[in-house]
Amino acid sequence: MNMNRRQILILLPAAAIAWKSVLAGTPEDSPNYRMTDHWWGMLIDIPKCIGCGNCVRACQTENDVPNGNFRTWVERYHVSDWEMKNPQDVMTNPLTIPEVISPDGGKEGFPVAADEGGRYFFVPKMCNHCADSPCTQVCPVGATFVAPDGVVLVDQKYCLGCAYCVQACPYGCRYIHPEKRVADKCTLCYHRITKGLTTACCEACPTGARQLVDLKNPKDPIHEFLKTHSVQVLKPQMATGAKVLYNDLDGSVR
Amino acid sequence: MSDLRDAGHLFRFVGIFVLAFVVFLVVRHYIVPRSFGQYGHYRGAAIGEIAALPVRFAGHDTCEACHVEVVDKKSKGKHAHVNCEACHGAQVQHAGSADPSTVKPVLPDTSILCARCHTASAAKPKGFPQVVPSDHSNGMPCNSCHQPHNPGMDAPANDAAAKAAGGAK
Repeated sequence: MNMNRRQILILLPAAAIAWKSVLAGTPEDSPNYRMTDHWWGMLIDIPKCIGCGNCVRACQTENDVPNGNFRTWVERYHVSDWEMKNPQDVMTNPLTIPEVISPDGGKEGFPVAADEGGRYFFVPKMCNHCADSPCTQVCPVGATFVAPDGVVLVDQKYCLGCAYCVQACPYGCRYIHPEKRVADKCTLCYHRITKGLTTACCEACPTGARQLVDLKNPKDPIHEFLKTHSVQVLKPQMATGAKVLYNDLDGSVR
Repeated sequence: MSDLRDAGHLFRFVGIFVLAFVVFLVVRHYIVPRSFGQYGHYRGAAIGEIAALPVRFAGHDTCEACHVEVVDKKSKGKHAHVNCEACHGAQVQHAGSADPSTVKPVLPDTSILCARCHTASAAKPKGFPQVVPSDHSNGMPCNSCHQPHNPGMDAPANDAAAKAAGGAK
């Protein structure tokens, strides 16, 4: 085979890219679940959330989340009438941020709110399973990663517990497990979704405010929902590629 | 050839370098897990380990396979889209046992359970049914009037099937 230097220089990167795609398509051990067929995310429908805390309790039960740590939690926002009338002040003056409470992560619900005007709403939060996640980029040992199906996971046997990822997550979704001393976070109930079940939080949500979505599945109702609703992600300016999609998200949510 | 006569120290240096490289490769082979790099810069086997963790919530499809009469009753009421384990809690021990009747789930206390969702609060969406429990029922448990599986007051609240299913006490 006769090749000059120019042809080799063109062919080598092309071969490298082709090999990458071969590796990405490697069939998994499980015959029924192919990682490459999925791209998981979650839809959170804010107007449906009633702040009951079922998701937080279900997550703790399903994943043995220690007390005081949360893989998912619910925040209650109160944007006062004044804040709604003066949005420019809310953006510039840090003293006028909306009131946000989350007693014990909202696990046992929220105190009754008196009608003081303004707007109340609940914001369930969790790992955003970012496609370009800051947390996986900072791991010095390759213990956390975006799996081929878009779920951000922690290899707890490999994790050193250095907590770089805890600092890197812009959403505050990671914590160091107090007993295992390794990073812990939402796995999007990976042990459930790979078996065809939905996540524990979605299973326990009484109003359907949380829905597991598979963005690679053309039959998933999320595609129709995205066409007809105003859906946003948290901190879009950070370009994390977050896959937890919020319907009707108020601009004050951080 | 005479140029190489004094180059022995260079060959020794190269030899040490090659030996160190071989030792590095051998050590690396044993230290780095087999599946590292299978999908990317991480241990590929970790994905399978996480996927093998035990499930606690059986899922409503599992419940509905046996409890057909409850599905039927629920489908007619406002709680049609509330999954079983949203109220009854994680039930994989009940659903996964050889004889589910031996592992009976504990019935939730309706005065706590219902209040979690239906206690009136200005923070809840306006269309969601809410009551002030002390005014609404005067301390009576919710299920003295409402069947949890079909809570509307137009539902037949006293039928024997409801009692058998655990709706009324």
